[in-house]
Amino acid sequence: MNRHCIDSLATVGREVRADIVRMTAAAGSGHPGGSLSAVELLTALYFKVMRHRPTEPKWPGRDRFILSKGHACPLLYSVMARSGYLPVEELTSLRKFGSCLQGHPSCLALPALEVSSGSLGQGLSIANGLALAAKMNGQEFRVYCLMGDGELQEGQVWEAAMSSAHYKLDNVCAIVDYNGLQIDGDVEKVMGLAPLAEKWRAFNWHVVEIDGHDYAQVLDAYEEAARTGGMPTVIIARTVKGKGVSFMENAAGWHGKAPGEDELKRALDEIYGKGLGQ
Amino acid sequence: MSDKMLPTRDGYGHGLVELGAVNPEVVVLDADLAKSTRSDWFAAKYPDRFFDMGIAEQDMVGTAAGLALGGKIPFATTYGVFLAGRAWDQIRTTVCYANLNVKIAGNHGGISVGADGATHQALEDIALMRVLPNMRVIVPCDAVEAKKATLAAAAVHGPCFLRFAREATPVFTAEGDGFEIGKAITLREGTDATIIACGPIVYEALLAHETLKAKGISARVVNMHTVKPLDEAAVLKAAAETGAIVTAEEHQIYGGLGGAVAEALVRHMPVPVAMVGVRDTFGESGTPEELAARYGLTATDIVAAVVEALERKQ
Repeated sequence: MNRHCIDSLATVGREVRADIVRMTAAAGSGHPGGSLSAVELLTALYFKVMRHRPTEPKWPGRDRFILSKGHACPLLYSVMARSGYLPVEELTSLRKFGSCLQGHPSCLALPALEVSSGSLGQGLSIANGLALAAKMNGQEFRVYCLMGDGELQEGQVWEAAMSSAHYKLDNVCAIVDYNGLQIDGDVEKVMGLAPLAEKWRAFNWHVVEIDGHDYAQVLDAYEEAARTGGMPTVIIARTVKGKGVSFMENAAGWHGKAPGEDELKRALDEIYGKGLGQ
Repeated sequence: MSDKMLPTRDGYGHGLVELGAVNPEVVVLDADLAKSTRSDWFAAKYPDRFFDMGIAEQDMVGTAAGLALGGKIPFATTYGVFLAGRAWDQIRTTVCYANLNVKIAGNHGGISVGADGATHQALEDIALMRVLPNMRVIVPCDAVEAKKATLAAAAVHGPCFLRFAREATPVFTAEGDGFEIGKAITLREGTDATIIACGPIVYEALLAHETLKAKGISARVVNMHTVKPLDEAAVLKAAAETGAIVTAEEHQIYGGLGGAVAEALVRHMPVPVAMVGVRDTFGESGTPEELAARYGLTATDIVAAVVEALERKQ
């Protein structure tokens, strides 16, 4: 993987992290933890992997992205703004009355979104339907669906996992943000998922396991998914909840809590390097 | 009045087959009940556009949503109790919130699934679907109307819930009769009271009309095949012209057609209302006739309700 590409992704990723803490601080609520954990996964997708046209959001040939873990929308909004779907200045309207940036993604408020989401466990089914339609229509687009690990406790996810494999939807790529924490604490303590990769393999999926914060591994995984024919691919990305902000890292409490003024400054200092926080 | 008996699900099956021929975007999904729901008729003719999703209603509705996003017109089909119940959140949050073009076909509505008993009888589905923004709720009265409703649902954009019955019931409408979503049909004129009904029980309302006529009571009969959007103009006209309303449905008396009619009346023109429906209880096994008698869903019950409403009118 070329070094320049990774450096430029890392530069955008840093801005995205800063956006996430700024947005949630401005809103006074929201979900920074699970947004920060998937920054590399989504930045790589929007800036390198997906075929899409931000100035023509409904371009028929676009790859589709479904944010099944809808609460991570600060991340999605930031990545969309940074790639040209909306002005970056609008990001701080997150969760405010009349904003196109609803507390969970709304395709009514922000038509560039494929679908509204937020009630967990539903994204992969929608991805499957889109993928089936693509195959019926002879369209080449791929469908990406980002899920949280806690979200996998929803039964519908496994119904959908069966369907993707049954209908051999190799144009579907599921991504699991495996940060190990959910609202009530450690995923394994709340409702264990291990052994996670074996579960997906048993459902006849091609499984790629990576470090979700390593751009080279992330990009390679997306490439491997696109190369894999005859079956869907799931990328199980090991991540750290709250990644990039030391006091948020691996702390379940930061799942759905906004930083205060001092916390915001400390977070930005860490993201940009000490003293540069604005 | 009628010599032909067919289940409304047959009308759905015929409607799907016709849609398959005229609209290449129509796709059908089922959750392992294709023979019961008649979606197998479509599957036999258009196998490439039929998806059996297994016994997984939530995934079926989500997949239908994705297909709609991909430009298809999906009909997600299974028993109404499982669609409206198990997949309610999927219908609410994924389909209705985004106003996706998904058709939800709930079969075996009401007590007509008979011997299967309470778990399989949808008696709350109209209420569950009616509260959802963007959702249309259509309950055809016979197999001929069921086919028209299926075709009409495909012709409008956005979510529709269609309710069909398992048991054969009288076919009393004609191929040539008009059908428009949201537009009630007056089947019998009357001046003393109005019976507003939906689904196969409309036939019982016609029988009640005859009995009442013999008693010297003139009852209007309105086929309210679309519970949402409710034809409020027809309801208010009936209230103004007849002064008493009886609703009849194979559903809980709470939240269904009776609730919809009462909501409209209380806002604009309160008149005495009596409701014929299942009275806040679960069903049980039995023949449809036994169950209709047990739960008060016969022409005799409608007659009694009209008499009761008339007493309050005076």
